[in-house]
Amino acid sequence: MTAHLPALQVVLTLLAAPACILVRGRDLAFLLALSTTWAAFAVSCLLLDQVLTTGTISYELGGWAAPFGIEYRVDALNAFVLLIVSGIGAVVLPFTPRSLLIEMVGEKAYLFYCAFLLCLTGLLGVAITGDAFNLFVFLEISSLASCILISLGPHRRALTAAFQYLVVGTIGATFIVIGIGLIYGATGTLNMNDIAERLPATGYNRTVIAAFAFLIVGAAIKLALFPLHFWLPKAYTYAPSTVSAFLAATATKVGVYVLIRFLFTVFGVEFSFEVLPTALPLMVLAVLAMFVASTIAIFQDSVKRMLAYSSVAQIGYMVLGLSLVTVDGLTASVVHLFNHALMKGALFLAIGCIAYRQASFRIEDFAGMGRRMPWTMAAFTAGGLSLIGIPLTAGFISKWYLILAALAADEPLIAALIVISSLLAVIYIWRVVEAAYFREPPPGAPTGEAPAALLVPTWLLIALNVYFGIETSLPVGVAEHAARALMGAGP
Amino acid sequence: MIASLPPGLLLIVAALAIPVLPDAARRAWTVVVPAAGLWALIALEPGNYLAFAWFGAEFQPVRVDKLSLVFGYIFHIAAIIAAIYALHVRDSVQHMAGMVYAGSGIGAVFAGDLVTLFVYWEAMAVASVFLVWARGGEAAYRSGMRYLIVQIASGVLLLSGAILQAEQTGSIAFDRMDLGNLATWLIFLAFGIKCAFPFLHNWLQDAYPEATVTGTVFLSAFTTKAAVYALARGFPGTEMLIYVGAAMTAFPIFYAVIENDLRRVLAYSLNNQLGFMVVGVGIGTPMALNGAAGHAFAHILYKALLFMSMGAVLYRVGTIKGSELGGLYKSMPLTTVFCIVGAASISAFPLFSGFIAKALTLSAVAYEGYVVVWLILMFASAGVFHHSGIKIPYFAFFAHDSGKRCKEAPLNMLVAMGIAAFLCIALGVWSPALYGILPYDLDYEPYTPTHVIGQLQLLMFSALAFAVLIRYRIYPPELKSTNLDFDWVYRKGVPALIARCWPALWAAWQGLLGAFQGGLRQGIDAVIRLAGPEGTLARTWPLGSTTLWVAVLLGGFLLIYYL
Repeated sequence: MTAHLPALQVVLTLLAAPACILVRGRDLAFLLALSTTWAAFAVSCLLLDQVLTTGTISYELGGWAAPFGIEYRVDALNAFVLLIVSGIGAVVLPFTPRSLLIEMVGEKAYLFYCAFLLCLTGLLGVAITGDAFNLFVFLEISSLASCILISLGPHRRALTAAFQYLVVGTIGATFIVIGIGLIYGATGTLNMNDIAERLPATGYNRTVIAAFAFLIVGAAIKLALFPLHFWLPKAYTYAPSTVSAFLAATATKVGVYVLIRFLFTVFGVEFSFEVLPTALPLMVLAVLAMFVASTIAIFQDSVKRMLAYSSVAQIGYMVLGLSLVTVDGLTASVVHLFNHALMKGALFLAIGCIAYRQASFRIEDFAGMGRRMPWTMAAFTAGGLSLIGIPLTAGFISKWYLILAALAADEPLIAALIVISSLLAVIYIWRVVEAAYFREPPPGAPTGEAPAALLVPTWLLIALNVYFGIETSLPVGVAEHAARALMGAGP
Repeated sequence: MIASLPPGLLLIVAALAIPVLPDAARRAWTVVVPAAGLWALIALEPGNYLAFAWFGAEFQPVRVDKLSLVFGYIFHIAAIIAAIYALHVRDSVQHMAGMVYAGSGIGAVFAGDLVTLFVYWEAMAVASVFLVWARGGEAAYRSGMRYLIVQIASGVLLLSGAILQAEQTGSIAFDRMDLGNLATWLIFLAFGIKCAFPFLHNWLQDAYPEATVTGTVFLSAFTTKAAVYALARGFPGTEMLIYVGAAMTAFPIFYAVIENDLRRVLAYSLNNQLGFMVVGVGIGTPMALNGAAGHAFAHILYKALLFMSMGAVLYRVGTIKGSELGGLYKSMPLTTVFCIVGAASISAFPLFSGFIAKALTLSAVAYEGYVVVWLILMFASAGVFHHSGIKIPYFAFFAHDSGKRCKEAPLNMLVAMGIAAFLCIALGVWSPALYGILPYDLDYEPYTPTHVIGQLQLLMFSALAFAVLIRYRIYPPELKSTNLDFDWVYRKGVPALIARCWPALWAAWQGLLGAFQGGLRQGIDAVIRLAGPEGTLARTWPLGSTTLWVAVLLGGFLLIYYL
């Protein structure tokens, strides 16, 4: 049984998705989706445990040997990403039945669950597969499914947002498939490990370099690296809050994973950073993302849109970490991957709670929210503190490791920029807190807490933010393990 | 038990009991505690005590050697005398402040490291300011505030210097230092402020006359002499001090001559006396250092005596303006006698303590061949006699009869003055008593014919000058006036200058501010144009331009990779 865990990780949700359509019933579909998502989470927990105890798992799908058949390859990095993705799925899904979204789609809820499961399958598949083309296929599955999810937003603009997401996502996927094709032409293999072994022999010719550039830009689109982030704020703003929470916490993280995988495993540190000057452009773009996106966030009227821009800035931190090309930097990146999933997930879920009471996310409509929805607003504030990086929250751990890594890499300027950009986060979070706690609620404003079904998942994520702000052995330990392996420094 | 406490700390701890003690017990307490401290100190053997390491620094809270013992003895004696003098005061804040202040001063001279010194240094500043504020009223409050700011500034400089010193040498030990880097300059400046170097001196003449009758007696003893000790410990033989000291002896004389407030006259005279000690430290030979220490010892006694007599006058008459006093010898004969003893001592009459103390410094200067400095000191000696020796007793107790009649000073004041006067004479008559406790072994005989005659000539001619000036009415009359000292520069001059230049400055500032605001506004506008709600970067971009950016980025990557 445990030998087939890698296959189960993807197959469970993949099969449950059409099954949702077959069962039709709203509650049945929900229960099916919930049970398979939780099962997937359990599988990813087992996988991570297995990887940490026995080392990298190689699973040959259908028993076909590696270079020809599809290989699922699970090491510390993607086991960790699997855990994040399935974990966030497992927390967000219970949120859905009482959310506004399901009230709206009504009897067609089963289609939502189907799309959700497909999206989850795609993201898990991208993370688990060791085959480059298979990665593209799963990427497309997740893109198309998330496109459906985004289009379910309450506002009509959700449709254009979904359309834009579709087009831009397709461009990104196309770039990736072009890159994979070029590599296939150069090396004659699609298996990532195999590519990594054969590339030095083929030499770093123009084909390989072009493939590399296409893959980098493709991944950059997927992870919404500045200035290719334009699809993200719109998509997250107009998507249903539940979907925003899920995508913000998982989709871009998987994008970052793809970037790390191609840079460090497939092409290798030597080619990616020593033969080609990749680190500096990534670092510049990351710093620009941190500052520009945070500044834009400060000026946003809509809290949801503000959070979306904040995501772009946070992705900057992740890319910044890996662009240091040190074990410390990579560790910080992976830790932030995890922590950002927790904090952004929590924040968007809090927004989902607010959506239950009022349709507007404008900051002025948050006036007095601290009294109108005390639990929700407390969760939002706690998540915001984590986003800023206040000690005793997960966000602090990320920033701490990132700053340490920058200092260890002899980049004091970068360390200073990290601190300064965190101050921008203080500003945009404070605007919301100020409105919620220091302004009188307007007369007749909708008042009353969100139902427990919404609050519990939100507070669960907040609790995890605090827990992993104090007890850091899991994320930091796994991230260090993964970073050492990626930098070729041994497990 | 008492001996195991660091010197000075006993007084500070004991001071905490003052507010809860009943009146009679408190009176006894304020005198007995310093006496017990003195007794414990006499029993103390030289050496280092209670040293400990903390945060990687070696602390030496108690260092007992002959130099610190001289100051320790006289500080205790001064604390006893000042406490007796203040027995009639019912304000326990003053008693507490006085005792903590004395304790801090004692602690400071036994501090073996710079951090401990800093702690006592600041404690002195904070405790002593209450003696000024206790006078009450706006003038005392403001004066105390200025005093406090200057004293705290001195402490801050000391601490900064100590930190730098620890950085550079890895040690916080308070030993001989050389002027040559920022650390030692900061420490030097901190000492200089408390020692009332020229241009750093105004806090002294500002605050001491504003303090209470009894507070000034405390003030005159500790702060400046602790600074002299610190200089003698840290910077002996620093040549600059000779000239600084010489300037200090000379310039206050002119102010002292024209000043009307007799306690302020004494404050200037105090400044002048400090100059002698600073010169001694600057010469730095064992004899000169003995002179500085011995002079400090004697000076504390006779300066306290003078301040006590003037305090008694102020206490009984209610004013201390030279122009309003006169003829008081009829009402206060004992005080008059004590004042004359103090005046004779400070003027260095043979057989008074000033004579045997000042002789050391003057001889040291002469041996080292500083002729000009020696002449300045001679001039200053004559000046001292002039303003402290003659002017103070003359205007307060003799001169024209002001018609004021009052009672003799209270008994406790008379006792305190009596003790001080006795000590002044005793030291002058029996010089080995003082010479025996000085830091360095000394073989010196003050009473040689040349020395005695020379000093008497000096004094006589100075007296003659005074008499002539008075006789022909050339002497500056005692007027109700405010005399301008250097503090005018920062208290009035600079503000006036600023007021004069204000319009231009204001316009320039406005221009600068405007330019800055303009720049800032443009910058913010630019940010808003880019990142604001409708900004270029924040707008929802059409698909075309998004795709364009993708192409640009791909092109960029390919370009740098192929190059």
